[in-house]
Amino acid sequence: MTDSRAATLGAIRAALGRGPLPDQETAALEARLANPAAGVVPGRGRVDAEARIALFIAEAERVSATTARVAGPEAVPAVVARFLREHNLPSTVKLAPDPQVRSIPWSQQSALTVTEGHGEKDDVVGVTGAFCGVAETGTLVLLSGPESPSTLDFLPDTHIALVPAARIFGTYEEAWERVRAERGADGLPRAVHWITGPSRTADIEQTLLLGAHGPRRLHVVIVDARAP
Amino acid sequence: MDSTAHTFKSNALEALGDTRLQDALGRLGHGFPVKRKAAVERMPEFEALRDAARDIKDHVLGHLDFYLERFEARVHERGGHVHWCADAAAARETIVGICRAAGARTVTKAKSMIGEEIAINEHLAAAGIEPVETDLGEYIIQLRREPPSHLIAPAIHLAKGDVAEAFRNEHKQFPGDRPLDEPRNLLDEARSVLRERFLAADVGLTGANMLIAETGSIVLVTNEGNADLTHTLPRVHVVVASIEKVVPTLEDATAVLRVLARSATGQEMSVYNTFVTGPRRPDDPDGPDEFHVVLLDNGRSAMLGSEFHDMLRCIRCGACLNHCPVYRSVGGHAYGWVYSGPMGKVLVPNLIGIENAGDLPNASTLCGRCEEVCPMRIPLPRMLRDWRERQFDRGLGPAPARYALKAWAFLARRPALYRRVTALQAAMLGALGRRRGAFRHMPLAGGWTAARDLPAPQGRTFQQMWSDRGGPRS
Repeated sequence: MTDSRAATLGAIRAALGRGPLPDQETAALEARLANPAAGVVPGRGRVDAEARIALFIAEAERVSATTARVAGPEAVPAVVARFLREHNLPSTVKLAPDPQVRSIPWSQQSALTVTEGHGEKDDVVGVTGAFCGVAETGTLVLLSGPESPSTLDFLPDTHIALVPAARIFGTYEEAWERVRAERGADGLPRAVHWITGPSRTADIEQTLLLGAHGPRRLHVVIVDARAP
Repeated sequence: MDSTAHTFKSNALEALGDTRLQDALGRLGHGFPVKRKAAVERMPEFEALRDAARDIKDHVLGHLDFYLERFEARVHERGGHVHWCADAAAARETIVGICRAAGARTVTKAKSMIGEEIAINEHLAAAGIEPVETDLGEYIIQLRREPPSHLIAPAIHLAKGDVAEAFRNEHKQFPGDRPLDEPRNLLDEARSVLRERFLAADVGLTGANMLIAETGSIVLVTNEGNADLTHTLPRVHVVVASIEKVVPTLEDATAVLRVLARSATGQEMSVYNTFVTGPRRPDDPDGPDEFHVVLLDNGRSAMLGSEFHDMLRCIRCGACLNHCPVYRSVGGHAYGWVYSGPMGKVLVPNLIGIENAGDLPNASTLCGRCEEVCPMRIPLPRMLRDWRERQFDRGLGPAPARYALKAWAFLARRPALYRRVTALQAAMLGALGRRRGAFRHMPLAGGWTAARDLPAPQGRTFQQMWSDRGGPRS
């Protein structure tokens, strides 16, 4: 194994016509890694807060996600119950053990049966808390971990994701900046999921169908802060 | 997989006569290119994004050793393993070894072109380990035991009836008379069958759209969500990726993602873009215990610094296939090996040798559409010409073409003689063809005139007319 490592690196250097990089050049590359720079960032996402939320909703709906915007956490259970009813879905919901999801007064809705945990084979509806949203393309960013199991984003037929209105950023770069700021430079979880709409495929005769292997439905609930 | 690239001409002839394939290729023409155009028009910064993405990859290729070492160090810090493999055989041995050590009986797979390149499925099967493709298109062609015909739409050559037939033959657990007429029925059946396979798999094998040196992450892009179930559910996640996939930072990966889906399917962004960093963390409720990255060279380092260096920027979006008049006439299988279309014609001779690549470099009109749409601005037509030159230099082309080129070269180096010969030729052909304006047959060019007429020249050469008008001589 060490041999093929040396062989590959040696072949690369030989092809580039040089030996190992001189220290000065290595330092410049280290600096580039340590200070990640944004490149060309489209203007589309660089708008004020209300326009960002409107853009997020428009882009998410363009790719067949559905959205709801509520005034505060207390309004979430009714919105979820209505969504499930409208789609003829069972009212049993698996919740992510996430502070954002836990802050919702689920017991207010007696129509909902809620349990908590990671995603399992028979889960039909999962509710998770997104780390943030990206308006540019109506994308949700979810960070895997004890509070946000990846399995809950992918196994249930219906994925309901909560995102605070204040955490809808304009661009992916802002999302990365926030990940680094809140999790530390080495703080990437096992999986960072960018999710843009529900699962789909066009592999049979280029016919677009939702619900390939992941959720058939993605419902994003945008939660405004409770009025002070 | 054994290559049939050397029989491109007969493969292509067969493809042209295959009406079902032609129907499928017709659908392709109305799909991806139209959607790409719409996506590009929605993104005013698209050309600047292409430049940025190209510059990132160029920067990486010039410092590939550095970024691979940093990537490796980061993977180690996260508790993952990196396996360097010089060629396909080493990669296969490594992957089979990891699967054996894990006691694996089944391996779920997310579509990987490197997996195709190293024919990993055959080798897993030979080792008694069952590989299960999970991308819908890839699953269909696995059942049909055929290779992919497109980078991102591997079953694009098939009609829904072909898929139904494959499912009836292979899914014996369902009633034989179940309805499978609609794509929806077919998808639902595949989803239910594959869901069980996801849950039961011991190892998940994925490719990687990119590797990130800053964090030791690998990037997976799908629309179906199959890659995520593949890396999240089994005990072991194995990634196989070629060395040129590395980019420096999360921001650099983001820049590439902004052009990838738009170029590929015309989506703004693929549904699932996942950045996987190492195995399951101590508190994680899910994810694999082991994380392995198999880093494959297999001819890439030899392309660095060569006239095919720029090909290493390729992100496998498939735009060049979707816009290629040759690909859209013959489909992917005619090219005879894993990669098809313009990118395949340039890459395949690098991987299997120009002597085995037959007519691939000539299977092009050099119309330039591929380079126009390539998000990484790879000069594909120039590289096809480079392969043609190499074929000529090594005496590999067909003999008549070589003699004709030699004769032309002889004349082109003698301008006075060139002028006399071409003037005579133009005058003769002009006189002979005056009545019809074109020739149906032409000695020594029977292959060319078999399918079209040769327009007759008007009797005088360009140089003669230029000097008549008093144009300056250079």
